[in-house]
Amino acid sequence: MQHDDVIWDIIGNRAFCSFKVKTKVQNFCRNEYNITGLCNRSSCPLANSQYATIREEKGQCFLYMKVIERAAFPARMWEKVKLSKNYEKALEQIDQNLIYWPRFIRHKCKQRFTKITQYLIRIRKLTLKRQRKLVPLSRKVEAREKRKEEKALIAAQLDNAIEKELLERLKQGTYGDIYNFPIHAFDKALEHQDEESETDSEEEEEDDEDVGKKEFVAADEIEESDLSDFEDMDNLKAGSDEQEESSEEDESEEEMEEETEASGSKGKMPLKGAVFKKKRAYVEIEFEQETEPVPKSKAT
Amino acid sequence: MDVVEEHDIQDKPTKKKTKKPKKQPKPPHENGNESMIEKTEPEHVDPPAEFSFPPTFSVSEIKNKQRRHLMFMKLKQEKRKQKVAMKKKKKKERDALGDKAPPKEVPKTIENQRVYDETTVNPEDEEVAFDEGTDEFSAYFNRLTNPKVLITTSDRPRGRTVRFCNQLATVIPDAHVYYRRGLALKKVIPQCIARGFTYLLVINEDRKVPNGMVLCHLPDGPTAHFKVSSVRLRKEMKRRGKDPTEHSPEVILNNFTTRLGHNMGRLFAALFPHDPQFVGRQVATFHNQRDFIFFRFHRYIFKNEKRVGMQELGPRFTLKLRSLQKGTFDSKFGEYEWVLKRHENDVCRRRFNL
Repeated sequence: MQHDDVIWDIIGNRAFCSFKVKTKVQNFCRNEYNITGLCNRSSCPLANSQYATIREEKGQCFLYMKVIERAAFPARMWEKVKLSKNYEKALEQIDQNLIYWPRFIRHKCKQRFTKITQYLIRIRKLTLKRQRKLVPLSRKVEAREKRKEEKALIAAQLDNAIEKELLERLKQGTYGDIYNFPIHAFDKALEHQDEESETDSEEEEEDDEDVGKKEFVAADEIEESDLSDFEDMDNLKAGSDEQEESSEEDESEEEMEEETEASGSKGKMPLKGAVFKKKRAYVEIEFEQETEPVPKSKAT
Repeated sequence: MDVVEEHDIQDKPTKKKTKKPKKQPKPPHENGNESMIEKTEPEHVDPPAEFSFPPTFSVSEIKNKQRRHLMFMKLKQEKRKQKVAMKKKKKKERDALGDKAPPKEVPKTIENQRVYDETTVNPEDEEVAFDEGTDEFSAYFNRLTNPKVLITTSDRPRGRTVRFCNQLATVIPDAHVYYRRGLALKKVIPQCIARGFTYLLVINEDRKVPNGMVLCHLPDGPTAHFKVSSVRLRKEMKRRGKDPTEHSPEVILNNFTTRLGHNMGRLFAALFPHDPQFVGRQVATFHNQRDFIFFRFHRYIFKNEKRVGMQELGPRFTLKLRSLQKGTFDSKFGEYEWVLKRHENDVCRRRFNL
């Protein structure tokens, strides 16, 4: 026999109900046939022999009904009615099926049906928009990659690589005439000297003039000087102004020097001079000017 | 031979104690047992420690953790000393030989040991040159188009990503940042093409940090999807210079050797205008090392012909290519030229793709 009150007394208040979920304020019912989801005397599907719910499967809504006549046959207890896809028609169907049923159940069924249709509509809308795909990250793999990246960074030696590349580009002349460094022009001067063309050398000398770098000019002037001269030069300090003033004088002297036959040896000496020079940047210049006349006399 | 026999003798009484029949504790007077893996070396050099190791004694057999640890430390010290001794010996020999000494051995690095990739591009390869003349970037490289970049993010970007996008926009000339208001990329792309953009750059964000990048070359060009890591914004750089100016930077592409690498290189190169303004002295570098592409942005100054001073401006980040797709962004029906598959690519540590 179905004694709803007895059942409710037991599962609702005193003993254990496996569908009940207790929280501080509310009690919920996890039974899938429950219409409101709360644990109440009127909402409990176990404690009401006449009961109805709306459930949704794969986008289709069904009305489930339970009557006391079928309480003895659990397999046939719930009567399933498929509801129309049209909202109003479905509401009418609910009304027709639940005619003469308690107000509470009718009302709650319609409410539940409304909610379900609303969320179905939202699902359909969302699937049309972009879906965000969550890709799981494997912690080990991520850690491995991170480590590999660190090692690769160390192996890359980025700063060095970039600097090398920039210097390469400078050497190849991609920057054109923006940077005029002495050694560049100097190398060019060497090449031209090998060709033994005066005009080219003159042009280079003009370039040197533009730069006004002490080292370069000094190098040229060292061409014919002896090593002993370096010692003298070490003692004095050079002044850039003096160098520039004398640069013009130097050029003419250089021309004279280049005409001599010792161009081959000159090629080697200046390099050495240049090497020497770099260590003592500003020292040699002044003295070279003073020693200018000496090589001249030799040449002639 | 002796070794084997001794093993047998010792086997029975000590079998219960030891799990591995190989390593047996033997009486200390037995020396030179070469079947023992670990203890051969210390036997030759008598350690000047407080006590000497009994030979054929494995550290893992001591049950007491502290004592085991101590023994292990001692073992390590021993090994280190031997290593140093070997080095000294070698150095002595080398010095003794003087000029006749064999040349110093080049240490093996991963780059040295890299498995040769058959798609490595030969500079004079005609086929490659022909391909490059007719691929999607040919328009750029023939100077028909100028790059125009659209930078956007995934939905609802957080502060870090937004700042990153803005900084990227200063680095890449002619770049525009647009807020993505939940638009579908497939719809964005035709609009971009209509407005003359050549590149679409989408920064994907996860947990308030940029972690992915989709770089799409627009008039049906290839789409590359990268994993972004180690993003450093301008604020976080040490010793950085002032903000980048509007000059077009130079581009440096390092180590893009294979065909795939070549394609990536062109992809990056086409982001920037053709003619860099050397007056600006800014350089953007994409350096590939072991399949990681490091991006740096510097301002340089030539101190003399042999030295260059560099100041890092701008953001820095690392990219790792995840997939390269032929057409514009289409994740479902796109034709993928290359996809990173962990089981294929991560198996061999010496094989790289770019």
